[in-house]
Amino acid sequence: MNRFLGFVKKEFLHIFRDYRTLFILFGIPAAQILIFGYAVSTDIKNAGVAFLDLSKDEVTRMLTNKITSSGFFRNNGNLLNYNEIDEVFKKGKTKAVIVFEENFGKNLGSEGKASLSIIADGSEPNTATLVVNYTMAIINDFNREYSGTPARGSIIIQPEVKMYFNPEMKSHFMFVPGVITLILILICALMTSVTITREKEFGTMEVLLVSPLRPIQIILGKVMPYFILSFINVLLILALSWFVFGLPVKGSMVLLLAECMLYILMSLTLGILISTVSKSMQQAIFISLIGLMLPTILLSGFIFPIENMPKIYDYVSMIMPPRYFILIIKNIMIKGTGLAYIWKETLILIVMTIVFVALSVRKFKIRLE
Amino acid sequence: MMSIIESSEIFKSFGKTKALNDISFSVDESEIFGFIGPDGAGKTTLFRIITTLLLPDEGCMKVFGKDSVKDYREIRKNIGYMPGRFSLYQDLTVEENLNFYATVFGTTVRENYDLISDIYSHIEPFRKRLAGQLSGGMKQKLALSCALIHKPGLLVLDEPTTGVDAVSRSEFWEMLSKLRRHKITILVSTPYMDEAMRCDKVALIQEGRILAIDTPARIRDGFTRKLFTVKSSSKYKLLNVLRKFPDTLTAYPFGDSVHVTFVNDKINDTFNSFLEKEGINDAVTGESEAGIEDRFLELMERDDK
Repeated sequence: MNRFLGFVKKEFLHIFRDYRTLFILFGIPAAQILIFGYAVSTDIKNAGVAFLDLSKDEVTRMLTNKITSSGFFRNNGNLLNYNEIDEVFKKGKTKAVIVFEENFGKNLGSEGKASLSIIADGSEPNTATLVVNYTMAIINDFNREYSGTPARGSIIIQPEVKMYFNPEMKSHFMFVPGVITLILILICALMTSVTITREKEFGTMEVLLVSPLRPIQIILGKVMPYFILSFINVLLILALSWFVFGLPVKGSMVLLLAECMLYILMSLTLGILISTVSKSMQQAIFISLIGLMLPTILLSGFIFPIENMPKIYDYVSMIMPPRYFILIIKNIMIKGTGLAYIWKETLILIVMTIVFVALSVRKFKIRLE
Repeated sequence: MMSIIESSEIFKSFGKTKALNDISFSVDESEIFGFIGPDGAGKTTLFRIITTLLLPDEGCMKVFGKDSVKDYREIRKNIGYMPGRFSLYQDLTVEENLNFYATVFGTTVRENYDLISDIYSHIEPFRKRLAGQLSGGMKQKLALSCALIHKPGLLVLDEPTTGVDAVSRSEFWEMLSKLRRHKITILVSTPYMDEAMRCDKVALIQEGRILAIDTPARIRDGFTRKLFTVKSSSKYKLLNVLRKFPDTLTAYPFGDSVHVTFVNDKINDTFNSFLEKEGINDAVTGESEAGIEDRFLELMERDDK
């Protein structure tokens, strides 16, 4: 036991002495959360719109006010003619221009319909789609208010869409679980695989092997410090998403943390497995980054829904641990479900961990060949 | 007396390269046993088999009477190993390294301090310094302290003096001699032939084969020819000229002179005129006692033929 503790102490010394490791361990997760949370946001907030009002009546003023006071849009000025549209888009600050036809209010009063165009900046397709959708929603809303009760003789069915669990469609809800999933597997697998291959590369493994330390002691000694640090990391990420984005944990905190521990352990053992097959640090980094990062981002359902993928990718993603963890963490954090709904995924992760440990201990070379 | 290492007919190849070819020898307790040979002779491979890090293709290696393949765990408990390149943790301090190896081997620095005090006292003033920032000689002393901290029965040192200055090398050998009284058997390899005389027994090894095993004195005495030294200001030219001389058997550069042997063990009358004809006018010739290097070169030469 003393041997083991001595080993763990040595690992901690390595970590704390190397500021780069510490930075990777704590700096990158925080940065990732903030970057994904803010920059990759799919919400609209204060997008610039300009108006070309050819009618200038009371109705257009009301509609303009409604759009600009929604909080999604900021009035970027009123244009005088069509030629200015091109100019205003080129400046880049304006995402859409709304054009009211001549006699907009009059037409609406007399004929019961009037038209306006929404011209969006198509160079950013995602934003454009969002801007258009949001504007349409506001206009529909306005329609309903303006006409008051449904027109005589016709019943208009007005669907009201509500996003369950995430009524405001906040993208942080999507990203925070994804980022936790991505970061934990990356950091844990990368760190452990690098620290073990480093011993091989610097020749210290040779001395460790010619010592009474057993493979399992070396492996656990390597895993233990990173397990503790990664767990602190999880707490950090959760605290950050709570304070910065106000993301709540709806389900049981204890369950969430327990699942995180399981996932960390799984990732660490995966890292050890990587180290047993790679000969140099470079190789270990390569396998960890390319082999884990891309599939985690693309195939885990983090960004692209698995249901929409071709069947073959669905099967491939089944061997990806992040796929299961992302389900677990979303269930607990956003839906607030208990273990009853996620026991299958949990079981899969446990089995994976056991398989990885068994393989690592078996593949761990007690000699140099 | 019991043999600490008993190697019988060890073979080892890496792909097509034969690293070790029929290696047999035995090392007695408290002996300093040296393997002398050039780079690539197979010393490191052999030491890795002894330390159970590699498996032999054929043959049997017994350490402390235990089989190196089957009972590797028993052997590892009692071995102190210092690999060829510095392999301590460069980002840990001197003290942390030593403490780490002590705990890994289930002991404490205090417990075996008397064993390493001779060596460790040199670097103790720097105990808070990172191992990576030590000089070559100090790194070597630290590595030796770490290998010794658990009082191993066998100390395996792979080229411990390579890349270390002459003074530190000589100090290092002093330390090894002192370890003998703690009943520690020492297996050491070196490419420097002048270090052979410091061992109790040496094995000359080349291209995976042992050329000779004996005490250094007896190996040296195996040199039967008469040895002459020739000096000149233009040494390189001299060497070439000597090798051209028809009666020359061997000519090797040694320090500031060239060691030469001749067919009839005497200097021929035509020798001086030959040198002068080839443009060497300041040659000084003398006789010399053969050293172990001379014998080793002779053995290597014979092996090549």
